[in-house]
Amino acid sequence: MTFQEIVEIIVSRFEHIKIDTDLKSPQPILIVPVEEIAGICQFLHEDDRLYFDYLACITAIDNGPGLATMEVIYNLTSIPYGHDLMMKAMFPRNTPDQPLPPVPSVTHIWRTADWHEREAFDLMGIDFTGHPDQRRILLPEDWEGHPLRKDYAAQNRYHGIYVKYEDGPKLD
Amino acid sequence: MSERIKTGDGGIILTNAEDLMNWARLSSLWPMGFGLACCAIEMMATYASHYDLERFGIMPRPSPRQSDVMIVAGTVTFKMADRIRRLYEQMPEPRYVISMGSCSNCGGPYWEHGYHVVKGVDRIIPVDVYVPGCPPRPEALIGGFMKLQEKIRGEHPLAPELFLEMEEKKELVNG
Repeated sequence: MTFQEIVEIIVSRFEHIKIDTDLKSPQPILIVPVEEIAGICQFLHEDDRLYFDYLACITAIDNGPGLATMEVIYNLTSIPYGHDLMMKAMFPRNTPDQPLPPVPSVTHIWRTADWHEREAFDLMGIDFTGHPDQRRILLPEDWEGHPLRKDYAAQNRYHGIYVKYEDGPKLD
Repeated sequence: MSERIKTGDGGIILTNAEDLMNWARLSSLWPMGFGLACCAIEMMATYASHYDLERFGIMPRPSPRQSDVMIVAGTVTFKMADRIRRLYEQMPEPRYVISMGSCSNCGGPYWEHGYHVVKGVDRIIPVDVYVPGCPPRPEALIGGFMKLQEKIRGEHPLAPELFLEMEEKKELVNG
């Protein structure tokens, strides 16, 4: 099934939702509003013609404080049909005094999204609403900040150890 | 049992207890069996048949309580730092630390942008021998062990400071 056919099926099901496409990139991208992700994913997973049973990857992108947007990208595959889909959602980035930007979780559709979303939460600071167990996955529980943000600055010390190379006298 | 008659001209070695003890300790250095990153692969190669660390009496132990030396083989992350400190504290004295590779020496390639890496394991535990390399070859790790043996050879384990202090006090009381 081609990208156009997949888009037609989705558009005919979600007529009231604004769905865009980006055909300029090497792989065509479906762009959807962030608050509709869970509903669209549910449909992509359950529809007999599409049957996207495999979530290959979730990517999170921070466009920096200048553009003040962030993106999540879902790479889906249908193993029986052999077709793929790249789906993207863009949403505003939070400033330090605001709560983390919310994105609907898809863990109830694909179990594999659990750890992908935890990683995006850990390193990018995206709040996946409805996630059953949203904890840091790589960094220690009490780490401060989300390191892959464009404006990330590492904390001074962690458990008394200086973080930066040039800081601090050596312990003897 | 042999029927050999004791003639008294058999082998006698004269030495002092300190040298004998140092020799015994440096000839059976038991490292803690754990590795953190790619340096651990080289460390395992050094243990294995080709380089055969066992010919120096070096064999990895599964518990810090049975270990004499800790080889910090790999990148020390902040998440691991607390665990390393705890493992070090669980080792009985006298204990030694070999820092293996650039990462545990000084942060290595992560020194500038590695927010997650401790810039040198000597920021959390005292280090006796630093082995440079990324990762060091097995020969280099063996060289590190040789250096550590040299260090142990020059120690005075039988005369701890506390004992010397007590002796001094005794002299004051008696004298």
